[in-house]
Amino acid sequence: MYRLQSLAARSLIAGALDQCSPLTLTSLTGVRHKSQGPSVEKYGQMRFITAEAKVAAERLNGKIREKTLTMETLNPQVKAVEYAVRGPIVIKAGEIERYLEEGGTKPFSEVIKANIGDAHAMGQQPITFLRQVVALCTFPELMDSPSFPEDVKWRARRILQGCGGHSLGSYSASPGVECIRKDIASYIEQRDEGVPADWENIYLTTGASDGIMTILRLLVSGKDSSRTGVMIPIPQYPLYSAAISEMDAVQVNYYLDEDNCWALDINELHRAYQAAKQRCQPRVICIINPGNPTGQVQSKKCIEEVLHFAYEENLFVMSDEVYQDNVYAPDCQFHSFKKVLYEMGPEYFNSVELASFHSTSKGYTGECGFRGGYMEVINMDPEVKAQLVKLLSVRLCPPLAGQAAMDVIVNPPQPDELSFKQFHQEKSSVLGALAEKAKLTEQILNAVPGIKCNPVQGAMYAFPQIFIPPKAVEEAKALGMQPDMLYCLRLLEETGICVVPGSGFGQKDGTYHFRMTILPSTEKLKVLLGKVRDFHISFLKEYSALE
Amino acid sequence: MNANVKKVDYAVRGPIVQRAVQIEKELKEGVKKPFEEVIKANIGDAHAMGQRPITFFRQVMALCTYPELLDDNKFPEDTKNRARRILQSCGGNSIGAYTTSQGIDCVRHDVANYIQRRDGGIPSDPDNIYLTTGASDGIVTILKLLTAGEGRTRTGVMISIPQYPLYSASIAELGAVQVSYYLNEEKCWSLDISELQRALQAAREHCNPRVLCIINPGNPTGQVQSRQCIEDVIRFAAKENLFLMADEVYQDNVYAEGCKFHSFKKVLFEMGPEYSSKVELASFHSTSKCYMGECGFRGGYMEVINMDADVKAQLTKLVSVRLCPPAPGQALMDLVVNSPQPGEPSYQTFMKERTAVLSALAEKAKLTEEILNTVPGISCNPVQGAMYSFPRITLPERAINEAKAKGQAPDMFYCMKLLEETGICLVPGSGFGQREGTYHFRMTILPPTDKLKIMLNKLKEFHQKFTQQYS
Repeated sequence: MYRLQSLAARSLIAGALDQCSPLTLTSLTGVRHKSQGPSVEKYGQMRFITAEAKVAAERLNGKIREKTLTMETLNPQVKAVEYAVRGPIVIKAGEIERYLEEGGTKPFSEVIKANIGDAHAMGQQPITFLRQVVALCTFPELMDSPSFPEDVKWRARRILQGCGGHSLGSYSASPGVECIRKDIASYIEQRDEGVPADWENIYLTTGASDGIMTILRLLVSGKDSSRTGVMIPIPQYPLYSAAISEMDAVQVNYYLDEDNCWALDINELHRAYQAAKQRCQPRVICIINPGNPTGQVQSKKCIEEVLHFAYEENLFVMSDEVYQDNVYAPDCQFHSFKKVLYEMGPEYFNSVELASFHSTSKGYTGECGFRGGYMEVINMDPEVKAQLVKLLSVRLCPPLAGQAAMDVIVNPPQPDELSFKQFHQEKSSVLGALAEKAKLTEQILNAVPGIKCNPVQGAMYAFPQIFIPPKAVEEAKALGMQPDMLYCLRLLEETGICVVPGSGFGQKDGTYHFRMTILPSTEKLKVLLGKVRDFHISFLKEYSALE
Repeated sequence: MNANVKKVDYAVRGPIVQRAVQIEKELKEGVKKPFEEVIKANIGDAHAMGQRPITFFRQVMALCTYPELLDDNKFPEDTKNRARRILQSCGGNSIGAYTTSQGIDCVRHDVANYIQRRDGGIPSDPDNIYLTTGASDGIVTILKLLTAGEGRTRTGVMISIPQYPLYSASIAELGAVQVSYYLNEEKCWSLDISELQRALQAAREHCNPRVLCIINPGNPTGQVQSRQCIEDVIRFAAKENLFLMADEVYQDNVYAEGCKFHSFKKVLFEMGPEYSSKVELASFHSTSKCYMGECGFRGGYMEVINMDADVKAQLTKLVSVRLCPPAPGQALMDLVVNSPQPGEPSYQTFMKERTAVLSALAEKAKLTEEILNTVPGISCNPVQGAMYSFPRITLPERAINEAKAKGQAPDMFYCMKLLEETGICLVPGSGFGQREGTYHFRMTILPPTDKLKIMLNKLKEFHQKFTQQYS
């Protein structure tokens, strides 16, 4: 019985693979199948097959016509880019969703998209105050409406006054609306207990991703062994590896310590740096705190060590702090890199080049769609800063609605304001639910034999390590895919749960993981976790039973 | 730092605008100037110059932002229907969810339907539509795909001179090779195929020209290309195997009698399958221009025709890294392509507002051309479309020499003086490109009519004074 089931399952996988594996040949009629963005290693074959098929088709028509833009002529740096969070498995999940919509049957009734940190998509409610302010900014005629409290109105008026023609439809200055930049500076000062923030060091961005890419663009230079090396944690959020590929910089991996709750080990930083110096010029270190996908909240001591290291080795520090409001573990606390740097004294504070990033997409507001964010850049060479401003100006400005949303986040209702009560209630409710789900996820996963999950101290993901039996590893390799991709594809096909394989984030050789979000509602999350547990147990059984 | 970044220039927000902002601050602080306000006629930002948003659009956007307003009876039913439809297509029915990287499904369908209607029934596939963060985003993405090769095989990008400097800036940053083709100022900035040919041949000596960019209606030049011209360009692109990029963000901004917007897509398909099945084309649109002027929302789309399927998958992959364009901008684009229809409650007001904006622009286009042409030493081609005039200015020899001694482009020198003496901020022609030995400036026609008249007369006075001073 098992044998049949496993064979059936494998053919499911083979079927699933038809559309993302180069192992199937296209017919010579030049039929082009929809590519799902196979991983780098597969491009060569794919390209060869389709080019061949195309030429064959052309020959049938009596002449050879080549497109100008083909896989051969495409920017090779674009080819190298991978972004697992929206990669092949998510594409597959989308197909299954459509199949279900059209009335197809599966062993489940819905696809649960636990692949992406999108809170609203999973049912989290927006913060009323924020939406009211942005709505007023959008349609100022509503200022006359009695249904909006005064504190909403004065914030909207203030933002609009900072806009050209008092309209959210005007371009803003490229670094963002001035009063919003000032509000952000005030927020940072308050958050960091008085450490001064200069509003002219603040740049609004189109989500944090935009700021991160812009800074990397400035930093990437040199050739061959002097090419910029970018130190990134493994596991990492694959924006970094994608950006590095696209810019043809050199990726320098430093491994987080899974046995130590994903802590950053300074010795590992040294090792990575030294090894990298052979082949590139490491010039920047990226750190994500709280971590994605790992969820660890770094200790203050650790942050100091990183800053000291950066100081010693002259590295530009990029500190991705988009989850700064997502801290759940009671013994953990968010320490901004800026604050820690300041507390290390003027020698550090006045010299270490640091860019810190924040976003409207996470925290308790979850406003991903607005594409709001900012970066604070300190100790940047003034000429380089001018270049930064010039670079930003080409894209004119970040979306105004996102800038307005960011303003509300850094300038929320105060205890003496009308909207405070409801605001505080909504915020606590969201963060409380996330904390509960973080603990729940860790607990349930750790109760599964063959799954080990570090505490989800912060952010919005769990990144459990999964034991994949050697037979399954072999099968995956035979199919030309990563073992955890095989696992996740099977999970998707059998339960409808979409998570992202650890290989998409990076992991120590021989270990396997997946990243799931803790965003579904608590009840749905429990169901999801139960299904994952059942799947894992049966997966283990299946691949142990095989000869 | 990155050497390519250093090469980037974007005059529209360059040094002269920085100085203008400084002067504004000085005025605020009470410093005395020969003028009371800075008039920013440098950038195509309609709302900043007082143009009003379209009520219907803002109503729907407010409803999408704060759906509690769906219970408010002050919003007409058609705004609510549109809002509900958009929200239903969003994750968790919220505009705060990420959308798919290509853009909200129903919006892409609406865009495809719009294109189909606009182009007299020529089908448009939603799968070829990508929503973008303003048109600039789409343009840069396509250029990224196309930039490859090294040395003599490096991608050459053909771009009109004068051009909107996003193109030159992106080419510089990507390390591609700029291949300039000159528009014909004597013939109202029209495009000569022989000039395209010349530029192409010359470029083939040192790079691999693979893409031809055209802005129609033109920026900064304002010309609306004839249908014949567009056909010729398509034929040329087909023959020379060039990827065509058609920047059509001003497609609703056509003012001159006898001029009409012809989309590259439509002309391509009307030329028959020999062309329509071969020529690779990307067409761009935006929410920033036309009659909406919603620059701040960063809305846009591109339609990609005949792209290799594998490359298209790469494109989809590339845009996925940035997750998605802003959802409010996507919603806005939906309204632009799916505006109130006759019979709907909002139709009358909508049409009234739209007509008011476009006719004001047409009036100001004519006014600008007329007044500038009365100035000895200024010669202004008809502003057939878009939102700018790009007049040619004659500069006295002495002024040119003084500028050069200062290491400044002569038209920058001129524009800086203009700014300091009148508070009017324009962009020198050197920021857009022009034939050697000619000078221009670009000004927008966006200030309200009375302010525009004042501005044009101040310009007239300044030019005459300047000419006298440097004779």
